[in-house]
Amino acid sequence: MTGAPLVVTDLRVEFSGFVAVGGVSFDAHPGEVRFLIGPNGAGKTTCIDAITGLTRGTGSAKLGGTELLGKQVHKIVRLGVGRTFQTASVFDELTVLQNLDIAAGLRRSPVSLLRARRGVDPSIERALEETGLAGELATPAGILSHGQKQWLEIAMLLVQDAKVLLLDEPVAGMSHDERTATGELLQRIAPKRTVLVVEHDMDFMRRFATRVTVLHQGKVLSQGAVAEVQADPRVQEVYLGTAGAATTAAMSAVPEPVAAMQKLTED
Amino acid sequence: MTKLKPWISLGGIGVFAVLLLAVAPVVLSDHWLNNLGKYCCWAIAAVGIGLAWGRGGMLVMGQGVFFALGAYSMAMHLTLETAGDRVPGFMVLYDPLAPLPAFWEPFRSAGFTLVAIVLLPVVVAGILGYALFKRRVKGAYFAILTQALAVALATLISSTIRETGGDTGLSDFKYFFGFVLNDPANKVMVYAITAALLVGCLLAVRQLYRSRFGELLVAARDAEERVRFLGYDPANVKLVAFVVSALMASVGGAMFVPLVGIITPAEIGAAASILMIAGVAFGGRASLFGPALGAMAVGWGQSSLGSTWPEGWTYILGLLFVVVILFLPHGLSSLPARFAAMRRRPEPPPAPAIAAAELEEVRS
Repeated sequence: MTGAPLVVTDLRVEFSGFVAVGGVSFDAHPGEVRFLIGPNGAGKTTCIDAITGLTRGTGSAKLGGTELLGKQVHKIVRLGVGRTFQTASVFDELTVLQNLDIAAGLRRSPVSLLRARRGVDPSIERALEETGLAGELATPAGILSHGQKQWLEIAMLLVQDAKVLLLDEPVAGMSHDERTATGELLQRIAPKRTVLVVEHDMDFMRRFATRVTVLHQGKVLSQGAVAEVQADPRVQEVYLGTAGAATTAAMSAVPEPVAAMQKLTED
Repeated sequence: MTKLKPWISLGGIGVFAVLLLAVAPVVLSDHWLNNLGKYCCWAIAAVGIGLAWGRGGMLVMGQGVFFALGAYSMAMHLTLETAGDRVPGFMVLYDPLAPLPAFWEPFRSAGFTLVAIVLLPVVVAGILGYALFKRRVKGAYFAILTQALAVALATLISSTIRETGGDTGLSDFKYFFGFVLNDPANKVMVYAITAALLVGCLLAVRQLYRSRFGELLVAARDAEERVRFLGYDPANVKLVAFVVSALMASVGGAMFVPLVGIITPAEIGAAASILMIAGVAFGGRASLFGPALGAMAVGWGQSSLGSTWPEGWTYILGLLFVVVILFLPHGLSSLPARFAAMRRRPEPPPAPAIAAAELEEVRS
C-alpha cells in the first residue's frame, strides 16, 4: 500500500442558499475502488467539485494530513488529486501523445517547456499500455471514440501520477464490453492509488465496487460494502420511491434516463 | 491542424531571410526598401500578435501601447542625440526656459534606451497580464481593456505637447546611435537590422510553437479549465505569451522610428492597433508566416493604394477583412491546406469539433 487516504469530513456546499451538499463524510483508501452513487441532484458531482477546488465548500477534505479545501485548483492537482469529467474533456486538436505529454509536464521545469518533445516519456508508454491506447499515439484526440476519450482521460491521470483519481461517470455512454474493460482497468490501477467513482450504472457498481457511499439530497444515506448497501431499506426507498418493495434486481432500474437507456442497449 | 515538418518551416524562414536581406536591397529602390522596412516593423508586432491571439486566444487589441513604448523610447533617444546638449527644439517652442523633463534624461544613454525598449514592455505587460489573467479576465473584456489602454495612451501623448511632442509627434532625427540617418548606406543598415529582427522573431516563435509550451498554450486556449486540472496555472502560460508579444511590438516600434523618421500618437492609437490585428487575421493568425505576411500586405496596400486612392483603400481593406473572416477564418495561409484537402476528396472535410468547450460552458 502506498499513498495516503482521502478523508472527507462534514463537507458542505451551498449555492446562494440552496444546500447542494449538507455535511457529507466519507473516506477512500488506496487499494479500493470506491463508489459514490445516488439519484440525480444527490450532490455526487458537487462533492468532487468541492474536493478539487472547482466549487467552494466548507468542512474538511484531507489527503493524508493536507487540507484540500480552499486551495487553488492547480495546486490541488499538484498534491496528487486528479479528476475526469462527465463529458470527456480532452484536447481535441492535439494528438493522444500531445495530450498525455501535457499531462506529464506538470513536474517539468519551465526551461524544458521551451524545448520540443523528443521521444516518448516512459510514464506515457506505461499509461498507454495500461489503457490500451498504444495504437492511437498519433491520432488527434478529437476523432477517438467516446470510450477511448474516457480512457485517454484516465491515462492522463496516470501520467500525471495522481494519488487520488476522482472519476465522474466514467462509463456513461459506453458499450457493455467497454464498461467491462474500464472496470478491469480501474481494478488494475487501484492497488497503488485511491479510486473514487461517481456512477449511475448499478450493474457496473455491483461488479467493480469495493465499498459504496449512497448520497441522497446532499446527505449520506448509507455506506458500506455493495451487499450491505443493497440490503439497506432506505436505499431501496430512495431508488424506488416505495418502501420495502425493493429487490436487488430492481435496483438496476435507476429512475434516470441514462441508466435506463444503458439497460436497454445492454439487453 | 496540419503540422509542418520542422525543416519545412525552418526552410521557409531561410527563404524569407534571403529574400529580405539579400534580394530586396539589390532589387528595390531606396524608397521601397525603406517602405519594406516599415512593413517589417508591423510584421514584427504581428508575429507577436499571432502568438498571443492565434495560439493563445488573447485578442490583443492594444498592441499600439507596446509599439509606443519601444517607439517613444527610441524617438526620445534619437531626439536627444540630434539636439546634443541643448533642449529639443519643440520643447523650446512651448517654454524656452523650462528644463528637460526628468523622464527624458536617462534616454540620453544609448544603453539605457536599448534596455528600456526590452524591459519597459516586459514590465508593463507583466503587471497588466498578471492582474488580468489571475482574475480570469478574457474574451471581449480583455480585448476592450487593451484597446482602451491604447486609446488612453494616445490621448495622454496628444495632451502633453511639451513633454512628448503631442499630435505632431517626434521627428527630424539626424543620427541613429552615431550613424547619420541621411546616408543611404546607413538607411540600408537600419533596414537590414529590422529585417534581421523580423527573422529572429520568426525563429523564436517557431521554437515556441514547436515546444511543449506551444502545445500547452493551444491547450490553454481551447480548454483553460482542463489545463488547470492538469496542474498548470493557465494564467502563467498566457502571461508568458502576452509578455513575448508585447516585447515584439516594442521592438517593432523602436525600429519604426529611424526608418520612418517620425512617430505620432496616430501610429499607436486605436486605429493603428486594429490595423495590426487586421493584418494578422488576413494572413492567418495561428500560422507561423501568416501574421508577418498579412501585416506586410496590409502595410503595402496602405502605402500604395492608400496614397493613390485613399478614399477607396478603406473600403477595400474593409471588404477584404469581411471576405477573409467569412470564407477563410484561418486566413490566407490556410489556402494551401484547403486546396490539398479539396484535391484529396471532392467535398470539404467536416470541421473538427471545437475542443472541450463543454467544460467552459459549464463554468460560465
